Amino acid sequence: MNQEPPESSIVVCPDGPLIVRGDFEIVTPSGEPVPRERKTVALCRCGASAIKPYCDGTHKMIKFRTEPPSP
Amino acid sequence: MKIPKQRGPVSTALFGVLAEAPGTQAKGLEGLQRLVAAQLAASTDIIADDDLQLALFCLYELHYSGLEGVSDEWEWVPELIRVRQLLETPFEAALRDAAAEAAGNLELPPASGLTSDAVADVLFGLAARDGGPSLSRYVAKKATLEQLKEFLIHKSIYQLKEADPHTFAIPRLSGRAKAALVEIQADEYGGGRPERMHSALFARTMRGLGMTDHYGAYVNDVPAVSLAAVNLMSLFGLNRRLRGAITGHLAIYEMTSSQPNRLYGNGFRRHGFDAQVTHYFDEHVEADAVHEQIAGRDLAGGLVEAEPGLLNDVLFGATAVMAIDGRLSAHILQAWESGRTSLRAAVPAAA
Repeated sequence: MNQEPPESSIVVCPDGPLIVRGDFEIVTPSGEPVPRERKTVALCRCGASAIKPYCDGTHKMIKFRTEPPSP
Repeated sequence: MKIPKQRGPVSTALFGVLAEAPGTQAKGLEGLQRLVAAQLAASTDIIADDDLQLALFCLYELHYSGLEGVSDEWEWVPELIRVRQLLETPFEAALRDAAAEAAGNLELPPASGLTSDAVADVLFGLAARDGGPSLSRYVAKKATLEQLKEFLIHKSIYQLKEADPHTFAIPRLSGRAKAALVEIQADEYGGGRPERMHSALFARTMRGLGMTDHYGAYVNDVPAVSLAAVNLMSLFGLNRRLRGAITGHLAIYEMTSSQPNRLYGNGFRRHGFDAQVTHYFDEHVEADAVHEQIAGRDLAGGLVEAEPGLLNDVLFGATAVMAIDGRLSAHILQAWESGRTSLRAAVPAAA
């Protein structure tokens, strides 16, 4: 059992973005690199960020929830 | 940095002692300790005490980039450390009072077995209810050019050494919390590119407004509470026992940063400044949306999972920054809304 951890990981943050860390590239559908200023990035998944594909914290303002409301 | 102008008996005596060689100042140090005790007894609000906050700021500065004309040997002179501790003890007590008030009736999940997600939840909850006066909205919509400069002056006390106080905490942490702090700090320090260090981006913003960008250039102009906001980070960063507080501080800092920085940037764009000037703020919108997740969950949360007894200090650090930064924002807004400067004295307009 000498399994190496994978080279990249995606952390699914509750009610928040996807934190992507490791060795990866972010590209447009035609393969052009998307400008990227840091190694570890937060990708928007609430749809409301003004700097997509990156997160700008707006999910907190719109009360974005990743879990369905409890019944 | 240059030694600032003294603001009372303690800072006057301190600068007198520091001007001489260590080892020659036994009497001066004794006198300084007595003066501190007397001034503390007379002071009703250490957070707003110009003389004491300036003295503490300069004592901490010996551990950062030093004071011009002052021997580096002073950093670890026991009698001078004693002076620092005389100031730190009541300062920490005042911060704990202010933090408790800011926390209000905070409902906590049971401390035993608290997960990092639960810690992050508590911190995000605190950050969300930070309902103090909004300096960022004022800057975005109303601030004059002079007020923008004042805003940069207050911020410059910390932002020109941005991230440094938290770096002191790295060797005090281990495992997940340490890796998280290093990941955040690497980004703060430009990911290996010195021109992208956040302190360098802030300096560029200052230059864009024709301001001096060397560290400490505006210390004489800011009130005690601006110094207190930086002193609390040094207190938390330089005392290992407060490692919980420095992580809570960083978490709240990051969690209350993205949207205000967007608004700050808007204020400068409203006055016609371009990306050269606003880059510092634009960078923080994106960076701090990453950092807040790492700081809340992996840094503060990871630390509490490893050392559950530190939860209260994490919350102390978080609520202390809310209390003091809230007080600073209120001071600035009150001054501006009544047409006054928020600085100690008018700063000569830079060329």
